[in-house]
Amino acid sequence: MTRARDFVRSNLRNPNAIAYFLMAVGALLFPAIVQFATGGSGDYLVGLAADGGIYMLMAIGLNVVVGFAGLLDLGYAAFFAIGSYTYALVASNHLGVTPLGHSLHVPFWIALFIGMLVAASAGALLGAPTLRLRGDYLAIVTLGFGEIVPRVFRNAGIWTGGVPGISALDVPTLPGWFQGPWVGQDFAWVPDFRFTSANLTAYYVLMIVLITFVVILVNNLYNSRLGRAWMAVREDETAAAANGVNTVSIKLLAFSIGAATSGFAGAFYGAKLSYVSSENFGFIVSVTVLAMVVLGGMGNIPGAMLGAIVLYFILFWLLPNAPAQMQQLASSLGLDWLNQSNPNGWPGIAEVVSRSKYVIFGLILVGIMLLRPQGLLPSQIRKQELKHAEHEALAAPRQLQA
Amino acid sequence: MVQRLRASVIAAPTGSVINLVGLAIVAVALVATVQRVYEGGATYFFQTIGFGLAEGAIFALVALGYTMVYGIIELINFAHGDVFTLGAFFSVALLPVLGVVEGQTSGAALILPLLILFIVTMLLCALVNVAIERVAYRPLRHAPRLAPLITAIGMSAFLEGAMNVWRGPFNLHYPDLLPEFQIPLGGGVTIAAKAVMVIVIAVVLMVALTLFVNRSKLGKAMRATAQDRDAAQLMGIDINRTISATFFIGAALAGAAGIIYGLYYNSFSAFDGFTYGLYAFTAAVFGGIGNIPGAALGGLLIGVIYSISDGYFSVAWTQVLVFGILIFVLVFRPTGLLGMRVPEK
Repeated sequence: MTRARDFVRSNLRNPNAIAYFLMAVGALLFPAIVQFATGGSGDYLVGLAADGGIYMLMAIGLNVVVGFAGLLDLGYAAFFAIGSYTYALVASNHLGVTPLGHSLHVPFWIALFIGMLVAASAGALLGAPTLRLRGDYLAIVTLGFGEIVPRVFRNAGIWTGGVPGISALDVPTLPGWFQGPWVGQDFAWVPDFRFTSANLTAYYVLMIVLITFVVILVNNLYNSRLGRAWMAVREDETAAAANGVNTVSIKLLAFSIGAATSGFAGAFYGAKLSYVSSENFGFIVSVTVLAMVVLGGMGNIPGAMLGAIVLYFILFWLLPNAPAQMQQLASSLGLDWLNQSNPNGWPGIAEVVSRSKYVIFGLILVGIMLLRPQGLLPSQIRKQELKHAEHEALAAPRQLQA
Repeated sequence: MVQRLRASVIAAPTGSVINLVGLAIVAVALVATVQRVYEGGATYFFQTIGFGLAEGAIFALVALGYTMVYGIIELINFAHGDVFTLGAFFSVALLPVLGVVEGQTSGAALILPLLILFIVTMLLCALVNVAIERVAYRPLRHAPRLAPLITAIGMSAFLEGAMNVWRGPFNLHYPDLLPEFQIPLGGGVTIAAKAVMVIVIAVVLMVALTLFVNRSKLGKAMRATAQDRDAAQLMGIDINRTISATFFIGAALAGAAGIIYGLYYNSFSAFDGFTYGLYAFTAAVFGGIGNIPGAALGGLLIGVIYSISDGYFSVAWTQVLVFGILIFVLVFRPTGLLGMRVPEK
């Protein structure tokens, strides 16, 4: 009994433990709350949350690259795209249309890992020659890679379906599934269950399981010898190398593991949407994920997850709904003229609000870096370092410019 | 010179076998290009080169800003590409104020308004960029390197969003003011007067910049700051002022490039700047980032490669090619063609 109390007490001081606990409870209660609040028509919201989970997976993966190993990856969406397209190729009729002439229908559970492996290999291939470069050069290389990959998928003609992309991908299946009032149906055991858009809660549950799986994996890595090596490389590559860390292979591992997570998320994305198109993997995706990691707290897994939740909520729920709400607000205040467009170039308040998405996004990025560079839920180690760096900067600016 | 060459050889990160692979790729690409060019004939070739040089001149002007800022504070100023688009936006708004009407004002009546247009736009863009530096980069000068890079991306998104709010996400029309005739070069080969004007304006600006950096006191301060910020500070150079001046000049050139872009293509949009900025950045890396003549050379080369790829190969693959060059240069020769002026710190 005392042991349990000690456990609770020691974790109450640990913001990460609290964050994990709150996120777990929130994830479990979310579908029920949504269904209750919307009177049973909240399936759409649950599906949106499952999409948010994709971003969360990517944030956890990018956190390994940027937060743990300190490598700036600006083309993270490329691996996402590779994962999605791999899934699309091995789990649809599409390969039958290509010169190969024979379509593959690998089950979702295996295809998920194929997507992951292919993305990881792409990461290793890109990383091997470029990880020797110094920090910002790596950022440029990954940026270039991120611009190339979607364009290659767009241009590769019959192999990738060109501009329209590949549609009608296989959906995940399970031998059975529980149905219940949480999806507005009676309790039932459904044999040979297929994930469809009619049951988005299933996707949501699957997403939670995948995230839990990845978090446990990454957390173990972080606490292992490898995790400490990442930290050493991030803080001082030369010192790490002098202490016997093989910096190139350590960085390569971080890069590939990040790419693998992204590919994993990509495969899920393909399955959920049942469709891939090169338009969905632009630079904005990479930046959004990076912003999530930075907002949440670089180098801290629950931080990256929290950042993903907050930013996803802002970008994919608040901002898309803001125009209509502003319009309502304007008319309820009797300012209907604000809603009409006029010949002087005023396009109506709804349009202005929807156009200002990037302004808000930019302000968030700049604002965090200036006001709270350690993020919402900072890594305790990283926080110390930042503090340390600040003192050092005041004492001897020379040291830090190196 | 010898020292610089040696340094650049040492800085190459990969072994000689990989370098041979790189050379082989370049050789294959060159042979394929020469074959296509030979089949296409001389007239088409010179036309393509003309396009490429005009486009390259614009790339070069934008690349100069990237390279100067990188040279002095080692920051990739992602917002720079959007400052360039801002030049087009400002100048389009200014044109009616200056009394220029498309299709009515032409010839000698254009010279004075265009001159004023260039000066005012360059000034406005420069002020915006200096403000960006003051707000988003200066407070983070001693922060980890990632921090200013992220604010740079944020400022880029902010500028794109601001332009989007201002004029919408559409392709906007830029008044067609430059003369349309072709200048014969003999042998049936012609070059568009527009392209010549673009190249001339760009060259004048670049020469002015080079003279400024090499001859003026502020230019000297910039070079000193780029080499060793602390030593420069100890010599009594006002670092903040010098860095602001660098951002000022870089943005002024980008603003000018924005006007030229508008005049040359007659179409622009709020989101052009990002990709265009990346090309220009590729040009800066190609020429050797931190190196001013390198950026000019890189810009022209990227422009020519761009237009050869468009003209002889496939338009759809041009962007892939340009970004491929970016990665290729960084892997095989990270110091670029002319080598970095800044020592590796």
